[in-house]
Amino acid sequence: MPSISKRLFVILAVTTSLVWLSAVVWIYLSTRAEVERVLDARLMEAGRMVSSLIVSQEIVVDPTQSSTTDLPLRAHSTYDRQLSCQIWSLQGTLIGRSDGAPDEKLSEHADGFSETVIDGETWRVYAVTNAELGVRVLVGDSMWIRDRLVNDVIRGLLLPALLILPVLAVLIWLSVRRGLEPLRNIAGDLETRHAADLSPIDDTQTAKEIMPVLQSLNGLFARVAGLRERERNFTAFAAHELRTPLAGLKTQAQVALASGDGAIRKQALSQIVIGVDRTSRLVRQLLDMSSLEAFDQVERQGSVQAGPVLRALAEELADPVREVTVEISPALDMLTVEIEPELFTLAARNLLENAVNHSPQGGVVRCRAAETGGIVIEDDGPGIPQEELPRITERFFRGRHKAAVGSGLGLAIVELALGRSGWQLQLFNRETGGLSAVIGVHA
Amino acid sequence: MRVLIVEDDAVLRDGLRVGLGLGGFNADAVESCEEAHAVLKNHEFDALVLDLMLPDGSGLDVLRAMRERRDTTPVLLLTARDRVADRIAGLDAGADDYLGKPFDLDEVAARLRALLRRAAGRPGARLEWSGLSLDPATQKVEQDGKPVHLSRREYAVLHALMAHPGQILSRSRIEEKLYGWQEEVESNAIEVHIHHLRAKLGSDAIQTVRGIGYRLGGEM
Repeated sequence: MPSISKRLFVILAVTTSLVWLSAVVWIYLSTRAEVERVLDARLMEAGRMVSSLIVSQEIVVDPTQSSTTDLPLRAHSTYDRQLSCQIWSLQGTLIGRSDGAPDEKLSEHADGFSETVIDGETWRVYAVTNAELGVRVLVGDSMWIRDRLVNDVIRGLLLPALLILPVLAVLIWLSVRRGLEPLRNIAGDLETRHAADLSPIDDTQTAKEIMPVLQSLNGLFARVAGLRERERNFTAFAAHELRTPLAGLKTQAQVALASGDGAIRKQALSQIVIGVDRTSRLVRQLLDMSSLEAFDQVERQGSVQAGPVLRALAEELADPVREVTVEISPALDMLTVEIEPELFTLAARNLLENAVNHSPQGGVVRCRAAETGGIVIEDDGPGIPQEELPRITERFFRGRHKAAVGSGLGLAIVELALGRSGWQLQLFNRETGGLSAVIGVHA
Repeated sequence: MRVLIVEDDAVLRDGLRVGLGLGGFNADAVESCEEAHAVLKNHEFDALVLDLMLPDGSGLDVLRAMRERRDTTPVLLLTARDRVADRIAGLDAGADDYLGKPFDLDEVAARLRALLRRAAGRPGARLEWSGLSLDPATQKVEQDGKPVHLSRREYAVLHALMAHPGQILSRSRIEEKLYGWQEEVESNAIEVHIHHLRAKLGSDAIQTVRGIGYRLGGEM
């Protein structure tokens, strides 16, 4: 698992080290250049000084003499063997040299700076030619000393750095930890919270970088809480609505048990069958309702041939006992409606069921295409009292003209199912009596 | 004892009507507030079994209307809503008892008997009169400690008379307690039941008060 603190630490440590390193390189180069400039200037000055001393005869050299004069330039310990001086006659004999100077000629150059390797040691040499006296003054210093000077400076920088870097690493680690504290707090809050606790996380103290995460989390909490709330309501509703039919079943069962009369017992048992049918329909509708509600933000797409679906439902729902028939207009076979098939079937089933249940003995339920592109389902039943129309699609609302098997859920399911597909249900009392239910496109 | 059931669920309504009938009650049933109001205006009942959630309103409306009319008929509320707050609201609206669904049929009958007993101001469950003893719970009648076998109707007539000891009950009042409003009653049906009762209990058991009705013979 990738860790933000590790990642941050590595990035910070590497970048800090790089900054240190480049600073060191820069200091090394600039020190080196400076050392060279200063020492070159000294070489030049020393060369000219020796030359001028010869001119003023303070150093006495005889270009014709072959013995060498020791020059009063002393060199000891680390940095003192800095300068070596040689005085050569223009004829090529060594006239004089300083204490630490080598015997070999420091430079073949007549004038100016040059570098020579003598005994594996590199020398930086400045040459001054004094043509009047016939001598050439060579002043040089060892490059090794220059390198050592620069290296000492860099070492002086690196040593404390090596000590400081671990301290810096610890500081970086602590800062990263501290910087990530808001995240750890949220994680801790989430870890200790109870599974049922869906209250939003307090976001007043939160850094703005974490805000989006927190807001999405709180959004999720709100959605889950909403879903739970609906589930709870649904469970309460369901429990509630099932109590009455259960009471009916129990009462009829007790009647059947208590009565010695065969006719009464038979009647009670047939009531139990009706009750079970009614209750199973209620359970089915409750399940339809809950599955519709579970996805209440999702609009479902699809299309379906209205005719075949209605025909299949009609066959299933027609009531031969009361001689209620369902007629389906042939025009519907050609009609394709833009509703997800499952939702359409659900809506059509509940509307047809209602129409059949409210139809009188021998009634006819007619399905036809509406002029507006929807579907009309008409029955010859009592219709819905005008004052109940606005409330009729409310859950568990059962009007005065309710059918024996009505649960008060059917029309609510129809409305929900159609709403999911962007359609709507319209209900009218027909002038000739009965109800006209229209599945129409949203106005 | 005549009971009105107000319940919109057809299966439950039928079950209660038949079941209470088996328990010795004469039960009539309606399915809406509107019907309940109409029936209560024209008929007298000994008790009411009232559902709270009715298609055209709340059972509490029926109850309040009754109490406003100073109708003291005992009312047993039946409901799917049986949270404490619902029960309190029901009792405060004038109900005498409260039963949550699903309930036990025998318990409904027992509670109705208790309500009737309380309404009549009787301490015990049995009805006693001059050597006669009637137990509404078992629907058994004893005379001087010996069991007497009565038909359902005969029992109902005796129950009505013993529930109002010493009072004269008119023939139409006894009919009311015996038959639902949809039942055809033959004009001499009560006389026939009284005749049978006298044959089983002795001719002095029930007195005819000419032109007014009947009452129990003998003394406490």
